[in-house]
Amino acid sequence: MYAFEIERPSTIADAVNALKSEDAQALGGGQTLIPTLKQRLAMPASLVSLTGIGEMQGVCLGDAGEVCIGGATTHATVAREAAAHYPGLAGLASHIGDPAVRNRGTIGGSLANNDPSACYPAAALGSGATIITNVREIAADDYFQGMFTTALDEGEVITEVRFPVPEKANYQKFVQPASRFALVGVFVAKYADGVRVAVTGASEEGVFRWSEAEAALSGDFSAAALDGLSVPADGMISDLHGSSAYRAHLVKVITGRAVTAAG
Amino acid sequence: MPKDSGIGASSKRREDVRFLTGDGNYTDDINIYGQTYVHFLRADVAHATINSIDVSAAAEMPGVVQIFTGADFEAVGGIPCGWQVTDRHGEPMQEPKHPVIAHGKIRHVGEIVAAVVGESLAQARDAAEEIILDLTELPAVVDMKDAATGGPKVHDDLTSNVCYDWGFVEENKGAVDEAIKSAAHVTTLELVNNRLVANPMEPRVAVGEYSRSDDMHTLHTTSQNPHVIRLLMGAFVLGIPEHKLRVVAPDVGGGFGTKIFHYAEEAFCTFAAKAVNRPVKWTSTRSEAFMSDAHGRDHVTKIELALDADNNFTAVRTETYANMGAYLSTFASSVPTWLHGTLMAGNYKTPNIYVNVKAVFTNTVPVDAYRGAGRPEATFQLERVIDMAARELGVDPIALRRQNFVTEFPYATPVAVEYDTGDYEATMAKLEEIADMGGFAARRAESEKNGKLRGLGVNCYIEACGIAPSNLVGQLGARAGLYDAATVRVNATGSISVMVGAHSHGQGHETSFPQVISEMIGIPEDQIDIVHGDTSKIPFGMGTYGSRSLAVCGSAMVKAAEKVINKAKKIAAHLLEASDADIELKDGTFTVAGTDKSVAWGDVTLAAYVPHNYPLEDIEPGLEETAFYDPANFTYPAGAYACEVEVDPETGKVTIERFSAADDFGNVINPMIVSGQVHGGIAQGIGQALLENCAYDDDGQLLSASYMDYTMPRADDLPFYSVDHSCQTPCTHNPLGVKGCGEAGAIGSPPSVVNAVIDALQSGGKNVTHIDMPLTPARVWDAMNNA
Repeated sequence: MYAFEIERPSTIADAVNALKSEDAQALGGGQTLIPTLKQRLAMPASLVSLTGIGEMQGVCLGDAGEVCIGGATTHATVAREAAAHYPGLAGLASHIGDPAVRNRGTIGGSLANNDPSACYPAAALGSGATIITNVREIAADDYFQGMFTTALDEGEVITEVRFPVPEKANYQKFVQPASRFALVGVFVAKYADGVRVAVTGASEEGVFRWSEAEAALSGDFSAAALDGLSVPADGMISDLHGSSAYRAHLVKVITGRAVTAAG
Repeated sequence: MPKDSGIGASSKRREDVRFLTGDGNYTDDINIYGQTYVHFLRADVAHATINSIDVSAAAEMPGVVQIFTGADFEAVGGIPCGWQVTDRHGEPMQEPKHPVIAHGKIRHVGEIVAAVVGESLAQARDAAEEIILDLTELPAVVDMKDAATGGPKVHDDLTSNVCYDWGFVEENKGAVDEAIKSAAHVTTLELVNNRLVANPMEPRVAVGEYSRSDDMHTLHTTSQNPHVIRLLMGAFVLGIPEHKLRVVAPDVGGGFGTKIFHYAEEAFCTFAAKAVNRPVKWTSTRSEAFMSDAHGRDHVTKIELALDADNNFTAVRTETYANMGAYLSTFASSVPTWLHGTLMAGNYKTPNIYVNVKAVFTNTVPVDAYRGAGRPEATFQLERVIDMAARELGVDPIALRRQNFVTEFPYATPVAVEYDTGDYEATMAKLEEIADMGGFAARRAESEKNGKLRGLGVNCYIEACGIAPSNLVGQLGARAGLYDAATVRVNATGSISVMVGAHSHGQGHETSFPQVISEMIGIPEDQIDIVHGDTSKIPFGMGTYGSRSLAVCGSAMVKAAEKVINKAKKIAAHLLEASDADIELKDGTFTVAGTDKSVAWGDVTLAAYVPHNYPLEDIEPGLEETAFYDPANFTYPAGAYACEVEVDPETGKVTIERFSAADDFGNVINPMIVSGQVHGGIAQGIGQALLENCAYDDDGQLLSASYMDYTMPRADDLPFYSVDHSCQTPCTHNPLGVKGCGEAGAIGSPPSVVNAVIDALQSGGKNVTHIDMPLTPARVWDAMNNA
């Protein structure tokens, strides 16, 4: 780790201000950033910790019944406090990493990092969530722009994420054996106007929607509706833990399991 | 009634109190006034010529004490290899110099290129970033067969990358070839024994100290065998005589073989402590451990098993490529040869066996012993090929094994060892009972109802432990004796300290060794302590590896205790005015046979140290004896293991549903500790079979260099085990009748796991005959879909 300054603002305005200084870096729960720093793979001049900002904490219900989660809310809090409102989302949060990760890692941090194997991007994209920042609202469909790439501008902070609550939803994760990140994770959500299917872990482009499955499931929300569909292996990640063909195959299997589990 | 103390009691592990409450004293807990810290600059390319190293800017950085490069170690010896193997043609193996710091050339990712000693670790690390390396990268060679057949040369001064081409027993090759040619059936299997990283919980640490006033060097290090380190480093690397070098290995958090070896970092810290005249400390990061701890296994083998028309094994022939990595680690050369070829008979009376091993240098981290060392590789090949033969012949794999068991002992194998005792039928029968094989069909039906495939896999194993008879291993190329030693020091009031050459780093010696002494003398276990891990305190013993501690060092302890008891009987005879031939010792009391005259242990020991009424003309005061024990043979633990798996046909994921182990360890001192050793060994065996894989790319970059990509077994990967060690054929040649249990689980478990998965897939109609370990979901799915 190289030396850096640390700022602990208590308001969004102060955080945004602090992030304007040169080589400042926002720090959520630090579950990716701190290991990166320890390996000396990043050299920020200052870290701006977002976890002390009260207005970015907690889970509540919005006027339209959507679940609103502060950007600095930990996975453990979401698992606990969203359970009654959006069990599919809470279930996903309750299986991210291990207890230590869940008690430090935050939803804003996860979405800002957009790790191609992270769980939260699947929930956000699969729910058609809205990512609220200090300057604007971004639809999930516009937010994710490829592996570790998002619509966020320099210094922009995710203050809140709003999830419309579906009729049914479920997230299934087939884990990479070593890291236990998603080798393939699929979030399915059935809304009145259709089904959304978001896949993480599999694609070289990061989280994506499987539109053929969405169309089929919108007509018949059952695993059998996926019969005959397949995902092309092209563009899927191929590494020590699985070929692109294997990942493509798993997308279908895991989607079916998520649909079945959603009931 | 189970005993509550002494031999056979499951005494609670006394050392766990400090381990579990944070009171352990590990090497990293040692901090010495004035100590400096070393950061090693390690190679990030696998193969390169070092044109120059410019440390001038780095040397000006704050807190830098001194920077070392390979040039500073030119006058110093290389890291030695402890075993010289002679090849098929009678030539000694090729043995390249293994420098403490790379000089002239880099040969693997992770090799030390420079060392910065600083006031703080952060300062040393900062300075290391200012070192300018001028390298010319060279093509790397990673694949063993490429290396053996003319890929880039790892060492320019060797004739090739082949360290040795070993044949065993070379004289039998013709007969074996003939037996295979004339066989009724030959099963051939090509397989990989995957490369592993040991990953002990505690990474390696070294702290070097030097005292100018008495020219004394001290090395605190994470070692399984401090005297071996003192011998190798003192005599071969740094030229320090034994009396000026103390090596201390305090509490060590797991070894698994990888802490046997003498490492460059130990020599560096010892050397540098004198050079800078201050203590020098190094603590490995986990990332460094992945690229500097010796790796394990990494064999590629073709095995042929020949059978006659009645399914009797008639011959085994193997050809193995064994990866040495870039340099020869301490015992690297012995692992694929004498620890592997000698076990190719397994539990079977195969008359003709020939083993060929080509040990090969590659641009990878050195490979050496890892829990089992050679014996898991032998067991895996043999037990896989037997299973495959049973399938090809359509016979029951257990019946095929039974038919070929060695049943008469002693049994001289065609691969140079003599099994003293054993009962393979007994462990197989016990296995059938504890694994509930009768219930398998119903369990399979239940799994199939849930859309899963279920398989049952079985294997036997035998290992050679208690290494080793020194005269024998000397003939085979060992450069050290492999006896062990113990000193039993009885204190005036009767308590006892036992100084042992064995080293405990998880094995529970501090509990089990006193149980033996307690049994012999009849005093409570808590009156006896074990002292280990410090060359200034313990006699010259060779340490702990190869499941040898109790069989070899324990035997030395028994011999020393017998000497103590004999002397104590003489003192008691004097005190009781009787003949020492009439003195009996029981429950801590000496009695004159056939009388009620007695004297307590404590009164005798007190007399030894306060010899007012004492036969000084006949015996010396004091009560302390040392014994060295050199075993007459190896010990041969053996057993039978069974694994039951479920395979998810949609994803290829394997889950272990049941695992049973029936072992024959001879006599057992502490059944709880033995079970724990078996549990841990099985966890590592399952890890190898399903999870762990050390992978390099073609450029010699380590792909599985962290826990993000290297899969360690976790609790939820493992089932509850059913283990049994009630089948006991005591070793015939050591005083305790013990055989060793530390490696059995790791040796005995991988084949049954793979056999079970193949069984499951075949039950689902998949024509899969073999999958190379680890059987990850992706590999199983690939195999199913390519079948």
